[in-house]
Amino acid sequence: MKTAVFRIWRGNAAGGEFRDYETGVSEGMVVLDAIHHIQATEANDLACRWNCKAGKCGSCSAEVNGMPRLMCMTRLSELPLDKPVTVEPIKAFPLLKDLITDVSWNFRVKKKIKKFKPRPPDAPDGTWRMQQEDIDRVQEFRKCIECFLCQDVCHVLRDHRKYDEFIGPRFLIYVAALEMHPLDTEDRLEELRETQGIGYCNITKCCTKVCPESIHITDNAIIPLKERVVDDYYDPLGWLWKKMRRKKGSGGS
Amino acid sequence: MSAESTLSRRSFGQTMRADVWWAQPLVVFLGLGAFVVYSTWAALQGRNYYFGPYLSPFYSPEIFGPSPHSWFGAKPVWWPAWLIFSPSLLVLWAPGGFRLTCYYYRGAYYKAFWADPPACTVGEPRSTYLGERSFPLIMQNMHRYFLYLALLFILVLAHDVWKALWFVDPATGRTSFGMGVGTLVLAVNVVLLGGYTFGCHSLRHLIGGFLDQFSKSPACYRGYACVSCLNRRHMLWAWMSLFWVAFSDVYVRLCALGAWHDLRFF
Ligand code: SF4
Ligand code: SF4
Ligand code: FES
Ligand code: FES
Repeated sequence: MKTAVFRIWRGNAAGGEFRDYETGVSEGMVVLDAIHHIQATEANDLACRWNCKAGKCGSCSAEVNGMPRLMCMTRLSELPLDKPVTVEPIKAFPLLKDLITDVSWNFRVKKKIKKFKPRPPDAPDGTWRMQQEDIDRVQEFRKCIECFLCQDVCHVLRDHRKYDEFIGPRFLIYVAALEMHPLDTEDRLEELRETQGIGYCNITKCCTKVCPESIHITDNAIIPLKERVVDDYYDPLGWLWKKMRRKKGSGGS
Repeated sequence: MSAESTLSRRSFGQTMRADVWWAQPLVVFLGLGAFVVYSTWAALQGRNYYFGPYLSPFYSPEIFGPSPHSWFGAKPVWWPAWLIFSPSLLVLWAPGGFRLTCYYYRGAYYKAFWADPPACTVGEPRSTYLGERSFPLIMQNMHRYFLYLALLFILVLAHDVWKALWFVDPATGRTSFGMGVGTLVLAVNVVLLGGYTFGCHSLRHLIGGFLDQFSKSPACYRGYACVSCLNRRHMLWAWMSLFWVAFSDVYVRLCALGAWHDLRFF
């Protein structure tokens, strides 16, 4: 049987080291299979988080050969097995043990985002009417499984540690889903610019690159939001144009 | 609301990536660097930028200048003597600014020229970071104004292609309809620049992306769909048009220098 070496980070917040484990490799195996095998045989105390093994729960996030990946969706056949495969915890959040980090910062951030505020119902039975084309954009963002790989790779959090000033790509798509929602009436642009720090994103697209749901985070969410912020804060001609139209509209009615 | 990561910050270039992560930023660095060097050189030449009905796109529109393509005649008398003059310098800042503030190029040159980050998950050289929140990069928000100018340039360059279909016979002085390789070169240039400009993120927003309910504005929605279609390959259009606009200048320049014979189809 073919074998491969896995160089796995072992340790906790106080410190740790990489340790090598050799394991058999069979067809169709993913990194999570190898981790489970190592856990069952050589390292019973190896901590890792997983749930669905189908790329849908977003629990098994780690860094495989230096890139943020879902362990359950990373096939061994796509990795060079002649060298040790490194498996580390994600870097942007505090380490708890081995491959497990505390991602609760994300949940705290989410709570701060203004909630969905729909317009009054369209029909007497309290329901609304929407067209498919109105909701297409939002549906892409709803595919997010909250694996936080995009948060991990984003250099604003990972390297520059702007946890207090920047909400990260995952929550920028969350805001985009609310802002572009055809029923929503809330305005989130001020926070987006001030406290949520959209200006920190320098559109280098690493988030898009690692998203296991292939959400076009930068092109379809962040840049459109940046453009909406430009409308409100950096476009004097557009502002004048809107004012004039509003005036004309009110004069005519 | 801090979430201090326990792992120490990586130093410049440090990464666990095993692939050749530096290849892409290097290619971008060389590609953009070569373009900036060549276009600056070409813009400062101030000659050999037209050949018969062909005008180099770096020099179009020629507002003032010595060639027959000039709109308002030769170099104006009020032009300060100490200031270098080239018809290109009067116009090139606009498409240059458009590319400089383009969302795709921004992401690309922040990585390739400023290592911010050098590549995904690779350590950065600086620990301070301002992003596009404050001066100078906050100026990138002007992109849509450069877009308005770039749309005008597309019209001008399309008109240049029309003009490149009319050749003057040096013997008789008569103008006749014709087509040469240069005409095609300039036509391809407009198509590629069009694909790039009409796929702009700002245009995508302005034409319809700002709406929350597309179904109420079907015309805007159609426009949005068209721009989105080009936008999906914005990077490809950006590189193809960048290469071709420089090539168009090279082509016209070689013809003007007599180093290349422009083939006439008819
Ligand atoms: S594109 Fe923006 S949000 Fe995404 S990784 Fe880069 S800086 Fe972070
Ligand atoms: S946007 Fe993609 S990478 Fe980010 S949390 Fe959602 S699924 Fe994961
Ligand atoms: S285990 Fe659910 S995403 Fe990997
Ligand atoms: S975003 Fe690239 S040209 Fe506007």
